[in-house]
Amino acid sequence: MRITCPNCGPRDRREFYYQGDALALDRPAEDAGLEAWDDYLHNRENPAGDTADLWFHEAGCGAWLVVERNTVTHAVHKATLAEKAKR
Amino acid sequence: MGYSGFRVIKEGLFGQKGWKPVWRDPAPKAEYDAIIIGGGGHGLSTAFYLAKEHGMTNIAVLEKGYIGGGNVGRNTTIVRANYFLPGNSEFYSHSLKLWETMEQDLNYNVMHSQRGLINLFHSDGQRDAFARRGNAMINQGDDAILLDRDGVRAHLPYLDFDNVRFPIYGGLYHPRGGTARHDAVAWGYARGADQRGVDIIQNCEVTGIDIEGGVVKGVQTTRGGIKAKKVGIVVAGRSGQVAAMAGMRLPIESHVLQAFVTEGLKPVIDHVVSFGMGHFYISQSDKGGLVFGGDIDFYSSYAARGNLPMKEHVMDAAMTLMPMIGKAKVLRSWGGIMDMTPDGSPIIDKTPTEGLFIDCGWCYGGFKAVPGSGFSFAHLMATGNHHDPAAKFRLDRFRSGVGLMDEEGTGSQHNLH
Repeated sequence: MRITCPNCGPRDRREFYYQGDALALDRPAEDAGLEAWDDYLHNRENPAGDTADLWFHEAGCGAWLVVERNTVTHAVHKATLAEKAKR
Repeated sequence: MGYSGFRVIKEGLFGQKGWKPVWRDPAPKAEYDAIIIGGGGHGLSTAFYLAKEHGMTNIAVLEKGYIGGGNVGRNTTIVRANYFLPGNSEFYSHSLKLWETMEQDLNYNVMHSQRGLINLFHSDGQRDAFARRGNAMINQGDDAILLDRDGVRAHLPYLDFDNVRFPIYGGLYHPRGGTARHDAVAWGYARGADQRGVDIIQNCEVTGIDIEGGVVKGVQTTRGGIKAKKVGIVVAGRSGQVAAMAGMRLPIESHVLQAFVTEGLKPVIDHVVSFGMGHFYISQSDKGGLVFGGDIDFYSSYAARGNLPMKEHVMDAAMTLMPMIGKAKVLRSWGGIMDMTPDGSPIIDKTPTEGLFIDCGWCYGGFKAVPGSGFSFAHLMATGNHHDPAAKFRLDRFRSGVGLMDEEGTGSQHNLH
């Protein structure tokens, strides 16, 4: 599996650290309540198919990326800088 | 059907044409008292214990593929009860006891072999941690022996004891640990359940769960709708998709875990050996193949096959620990889809929908739990009460933060287990 880092180009999967679902970017407000925080921290859609997750280019440029890929085929569609993808 | 040495020879002489299927292939009925979604090890054992312990025989197991084709046929076959934390400790202890009577209970040879498991340690700190774990195992009523370096050498003379990075200081020996023939476990439970009247329905994928007024009414499948008073979801890596049919999102991310087997070799590894520093574990099958594995690939996946970095890491660990196997040729590698929870421990619980139950989150440790999980889940489904050894496997522990069981001590967060 290779990920095309917007800064560094196509790089081996070994250079990246996987954080998890990109919903980590949608941090709830402090007073959003228990359910919202439980959903944010624990509950996942866990899709079989296309997903978007956060990877850290640990052994490269040090950027956080939102990687769009397929969990069934391992195809990597696109990687964007998390700072630009932030909703 | 009877099995005997004589029968094996006779069938061998006559082209193996005399064997008959050992469970029926029924069409789904319109209604059951209970439906188990998922015909893996856990689903089949749940059905078996529902029938055996609770007299519920008007039940069906729905399997989208074929029996034994999922994780129960894809693991490294290790059976053990060497857990440390309350919750896990009593559960796996109970499960190991069920393993020890399984062949009699099922009248089926699952080739359960208590050859002993040795977890190696490589520093003083690790020795202390293993001594403490061993004490917890003994307090639970199980067996644990702390071996020093010479003690390990007496069992495993072939290891690289003086490895520069990870010299072997000793090991925690769990004599009742071992392996079993994984397919036979699925087949034995399937046959046992079938004999008690359970319908095992293969090639029947659940496509929807019928809920009215917060109460489960049945399921929709590729073979039509089926009514049921109770429904249990036991689908491992596919838990997220099936739970979504009931409007739930679970604290689960599915990851791929790889395993490997070499060509058949003469007997060389008598135990199950685990090497925590490299996250590597190995045993030798009765056919002679070395069966081994490592950690998950650490990204969400449903591919049932892994990537090269973890393969490389596992081979590195093998060569670090036991260079003698360097010339063995790897025949196959494969992956299973693991239902990973944030704390690495499982879930056996009710759901917000009345009559709908869930058994999931077995992470990378589901095989040894097959009998215990089925027994405890059957108890919950039949009686509505949590079975004592599994009473701490609650779905809401992540929300509340109470009762988390982070056995590895790495933190209760999705990407850490």
